[in-house]
Amino acid sequence: MKKIVTGNKAVAEAVRVAKPDIVAAYPITPQTEIVETIADYVANGQLASQYIAVESEHSAMAACIGAGIAGGRTFTATSSQGLLYMHEMTNWAAGARLPIVMANVNRSLAPGWNLWAEHTDALQERDTGWLQVYVSTVQEAYDTILMAFRIAEHNDVLLPLMVNLDGFTLSHIMQPLDTVEPGDFIPPIHLPETIDPKNPRGYGTIAGPADYFRFRWEIERSMRDAVRVIEETQAVFSQRFGRSYGLTEEYRCSDADVVVIALGTLGKEAEVAVDILREEGINAGSLRLRWFRPFPELDLAGKDVVVIDRDYSFGFGGVLAHSIRSKNMVNVFSVIAGLGGQEVTYDDIAGFIRNRRIGEEYWFGVNGHV
Amino acid sequence: MAIITEIPTEEYILKCTSACAGCGDSLTLRYVLKAAGPDSVLVMPAGCTAAFQGIYPKTAYAVPVVNIAFGAAAACASGISSLFQATGRKTRVIVYAGDGGTLDIGLQAMSGAFERRTDFLYICYDNEAYGNTGMQRSGATPLGARTTTTPVGKTEMKKDIDAIIAAHNPPYQATASASYPQDLFRKVKKALTFHGPTFIHVLSPCPPGWRYSSENTVEVGRLAVKSGMWALWEREYGKLAISAPTKTAMKKPVPLEDYLSLQGRFKGIDEKTVELLKEQIAENFHSLATREEAL
Amino acid sequence: MTAARLLAMAALHDGNYATACPFYGAERRGAPVVSYVRIDSHPIRIYSQIRNPDLIVVLDQSVMQSVDVLHGLKTGGKILINSTHKKDFFGYVTSYVDLTGIALRENLVVAGNPILNTPVIGALAGTGIVSADSAKSAIRSMFSDERNIRAAEAAYHEVRV
Repeated sequence: MKKIVTGNKAVAEAVRVAKPDIVAAYPITPQTEIVETIADYVANGQLASQYIAVESEHSAMAACIGAGIAGGRTFTATSSQGLLYMHEMTNWAAGARLPIVMANVNRSLAPGWNLWAEHTDALQERDTGWLQVYVSTVQEAYDTILMAFRIAEHNDVLLPLMVNLDGFTLSHIMQPLDTVEPGDFIPPIHLPETIDPKNPRGYGTIAGPADYFRFRWEIERSMRDAVRVIEETQAVFSQRFGRSYGLTEEYRCSDADVVVIALGTLGKEAEVAVDILREEGINAGSLRLRWFRPFPELDLAGKDVVVIDRDYSFGFGGVLAHSIRSKNMVNVFSVIAGLGGQEVTYDDIAGFIRNRRIGEEYWFGVNGHV
Repeated sequence: MAIITEIPTEEYILKCTSACAGCGDSLTLRYVLKAAGPDSVLVMPAGCTAAFQGIYPKTAYAVPVVNIAFGAAAACASGISSLFQATGRKTRVIVYAGDGGTLDIGLQAMSGAFERRTDFLYICYDNEAYGNTGMQRSGATPLGARTTTTPVGKTEMKKDIDAIIAAHNPPYQATASASYPQDLFRKVKKALTFHGPTFIHVLSPCPPGWRYSSENTVEVGRLAVKSGMWALWEREYGKLAISAPTKTAMKKPVPLEDYLSLQGRFKGIDEKTVELLKEQIAENFHSLATREEAL
Repeated sequence: MTAARLLAMAALHDGNYATACPFYGAERRGAPVVSYVRIDSHPIRIYSQIRNPDLIVVLDQSVMQSVDVLHGLKTGGKILINSTHKKDFFGYVTSYVDLTGIALRENLVVAGNPILNTPVIGALAGTGIVSADSAKSAIRSMFSDERNIRAAEAAYHEVRV
């Protein structure tokens, strides 16, 4: 069933067929259409969830945590300041091993107030134990939300999962969407050790130095097992619904001399730059990273690597560039571009690749090279 | 529905918590759980009660307890309550939070949960400071009381959380004290007969914090009521009923000095402050009397 | 925005790919609003703003006094303008149609304002960007009031170069 909808609407549509028990959310630009659409579905009976219009994002995550411990499937959505406000509780959600699914519409951080796309918000959550994926089309947003519930709720994972989509650049544009009937693709939720007065338990009680570290190891163990679960889920999705997704999306990489790596819509537009460069005789390829946590194994052997970071870690560098440097022990040309919705076109991306200087960092738009 | 006035013997706080000797909070919780019974889940933010719950792998409470971040109790409870409602479960959701987690850091979430008419009972055990972290001042610390962050006595009045709750129009709210266990028990039972947000504010004397000898907890709690520093009442759909011990205190209060002198936290309190406290007690009694008459 | 969406839907019905996006300028009443549509026979991978459009649609001529509406339009590019009479813009191919007049004739008016979103799709079909059938399917999928279709058909027939 094909229609033309915004990225936000696609997320809401997917949530509707995933049928969470509880949706607890607080509005924030550019996510607002997601929560409004879900509230609408609940109000007109298209979605039999309880919608809790909480009074803050911190409370949104706390409510999802409560509902999760009680055994329910939960969903929330936020951006930027809201995600930051939630941060204490996003940590709690992962530590509590709850498969909460959240759509985060990537937006830059204030001050100044800037509503447009930047990945720093989600990347600041990278240490929490949340799985993180970045989508680049409306269809991918829909499909990934469906897969998110199945992955997060898998017994070998049981960790919360954040689906990221670029603020305005993807959340607000309309692209074709093919919806599906998931059937049993998302099995009913069945969490271990939920609230049971006949078997009273303490949840999140004091854990001393002799025990706490074991819980943290368990999170990491599940994070590693999640790679297999993600790949299996994507394979089943492909069989059932005919669309294939990997840990990354590679375009003309196999014979490339230089690859450009980015998250989100920049990673998609980079393919156009690749086509232009190929016409010029430059063997370029685009490697769009989808999953950021768990961070995938990348094969970059024998290739120049250009990384575009739509984020920054002050006093250190682009988060994606440095992740790749340390994981792959490879030097990269680190481009910082797109902060606060800064316009970056396929021509600009082609320029980054043509003019690359491996081992250096380049802030697009800042005079001269940095 | 008959309200049982005989307190059951079943204990829900198991032996060997790490509570301080004479802890008013644990005394409060004991009666709360007896009234609530086993088909309950406690939502407990950071605070004394979470601290003496025990260490993994053990828990001292014979009901499910969801520990949660300091400011998040009411929101977490909101999620649990909604899920139970969606799945037709009758288990009662009870937040059990200290004054810090209620009046200060937890205020926003609580206000939101009340405004949304969450079906839960919110119990605030009030030891008038941040007990768990070593007795720093909270919004609930009374005027003139010394804490580690008000070493010469607090210069602001105690925040009136009952008035704030009243502004949310809950079907039921009450004040109580661990020194009057039957009254507390009855009020918890009563609160649990309502659907929607209910609130009970319980004074829980704290030996190390208030600086009195641990065997005097019950007496200190009684003096708080008898002097009028703590009033016992309940409001059902806004209709006020003053509880018997406060009615007695209104007729013939015990001198405030009897209450203050027992506690090291009021040592050195100046006369002007004592007068202010007495004025406030008088005002409060007057206000209670007027409101009860008017209905 | 609605017009952009309708155009994208019509393109989809034609078997093409389409993306529609608003430009995030001021969203105040009365402020110039721009939307973009990209149509291609292959999947569209571009998200950055359109710098060199092939076609510009002007629904409100008065905007041209304060905004350089034609900025970036390719040489020989097309303009479709809501106008009662012919307009010429040097170097471009201009089509015109009285969308306002058509809307008023068909009584396609809401809160005193003529609706231009649906008739303009008819006009666009008239210039060959999308097929007439797809234009109608797109309109019907969003609007049940047949006045929208009549206005679109009128615009389709009345658009002139």
